Amino acid sequence: MIGGKRSAGLRGLGYAVSILVVLGLWQYLSRRAIIPLLFPSPLSTLHVGLELARKGQLQADLWASLGRILAGFTLGSAVGVAAGILMGASRRVRLLLEPYLHFLRFLPALAWIPAVMLWLGTGEGAKIALLAYTTVFIVALNTMVGVARVPRNQVRAARSFGAARRQIFFLVTIPATVAYMLTGMRLAMGNCFMTVVAAELVASDSGLGYLIFSSRQWMQTELAFVGIFLLGFLGLIADHMFRMTSTRLLWRYEGASGSRTTR
Amino acid sequence: MAYITFRGIDFRYGPKGPLTIRGFDLELRRGEFFMLVGPSGCGKTTVLNILAGFEAPTAGEVFVDGTPVPGPRRDRIVIFQEPDSLYPWLTALENVEFPLRVLGVGRSERRARAGEALRLVGLRGHETKHPGQLSGGMKQRVQIARALVLDAPIILMDEPFGALDAQTRIILQDELAQIAVRTRQTILFITHDIHEAIFLADRIGVMTAGPESALKKVVEVELPRPRTRGSAAFGELYEHVHQILSEEVRRVLRREDSLL
Repeated sequence: MIGGKRSAGLRGLGYAVSILVVLGLWQYLSRRAIIPLLFPSPLSTLHVGLELARKGQLQADLWASLGRILAGFTLGSAVGVAAGILMGASRRVRLLLEPYLHFLRFLPALAWIPAVMLWLGTGEGAKIALLAYTTVFIVALNTMVGVARVPRNQVRAARSFGAARRQIFFLVTIPATVAYMLTGMRLAMGNCFMTVVAAELVASDSGLGYLIFSSRQWMQTELAFVGIFLLGFLGLIADHMFRMTSTRLLWRYEGASGSRTTR
Repeated sequence: MAYITFRGIDFRYGPKGPLTIRGFDLELRRGEFFMLVGPSGCGKTTVLNILAGFEAPTAGEVFVDGTPVPGPRRDRIVIFQEPDSLYPWLTALENVEFPLRVLGVGRSERRARAGEALRLVGLRGHETKHPGQLSGGMKQRVQIARALVLDAPIILMDEPFGALDAQTRIILQDELAQIAVRTRQTILFITHDIHEAIFLADRIGVMTAGPESALKKVVEVELPRPRTRGSAAFGELYEHVHQILSEEVRRVLRREDSLL
């Protein structure tokens, strides 16, 4: 690990320089804009953001979005893992469910919004359902692939030790698949951040998505940028935290099967 | 008399695949170290997999101690060529404990027995490492320890040292020779390395070239143990086995030429 620390420092410096240059350029260009309303500067965006935070509205929107993401993501992951395991382990279940999996995973949650509003109304349930929807297929698909890719010799070894089917399932198949489940969940987390905006746009009076779209109503472009930045940062933090917790708690399983991404 | 019997084994992959093995007969004595050599693609591994119970023969039967082989059993432990049969999420010690865990042995007894097996293969001090942190040779030692921990009467080794560098391979051969003498298990070992075969085996079986391969000849290795690799008798035996084997290898090459 020679120079590991130095290269990390160098990378941080590179990021900082890049970000400062872009912010500076933005600040400069927004001052020269003909209609400032269309191009708010970073400073005025920050100002509006702080103002909103002082009133407590920013925090309220932030927690509203986060809560929905957490609920939908958890629900979708649980269903996706269970379905993926069943599909990977049983040919019969796979044949029954696979057509739907491949059909539905190309349909964005966006397309379902009108139907879901009809069925579930405009409450929290509808938004959580949409977020669970956007999570479930990618988690199921990755889990299924993981179950199918358990190295044959790991199963054969267990059989030669006299392991029963149930023991092979819990002691070999599940641990060998954890890395694939995590890959699917990490991709799904990204989907959730995209879907939450759309869900809150159509049927909500809270959340960062609502904040972004309400800016048009008040002719306050800064509001949109505040929401955009916050969402971006939240996504980064969520991804980082997901990776940290999974490496800290589940590192044993991380390299288990040379986890691969399947979209 | 015979402990393990292969009788008239035919094998084909799938219902319409080509016949890879035809009329394979072999008898193994209890406690012997039997080496199976043959040109690549002759179906050595298939023979081992059939005895392990992983594959079912198309025709013929395999008996262990007079009973037909129904499927995998813990009296026949397999050591694979690739270390991918180790569980990467478990430590070396937990991997060796695994067969005992399957058996339902209590935690403290498991720990003790697995630790003992790891010491036997020279891995003391590496108990808490994961397979990813071990070298190729160490991983194969873990596999050997995992096979020893059950005290299974039969060990099946499918080119276990094939992927190792020459130095590591020689060290592991020396250690295995000592372990085999001590534990008196019946070992079926597959290799394409004649040196390895003569150094370890009580008897060497040479297979004919595939497809439709069978056992060609069995050679007794009557060298005293512990063996040295450089002796004149070792060299003579090498020439003898090499001659039998090279006829078969040449047949493979001729057929490959005619296909071109």
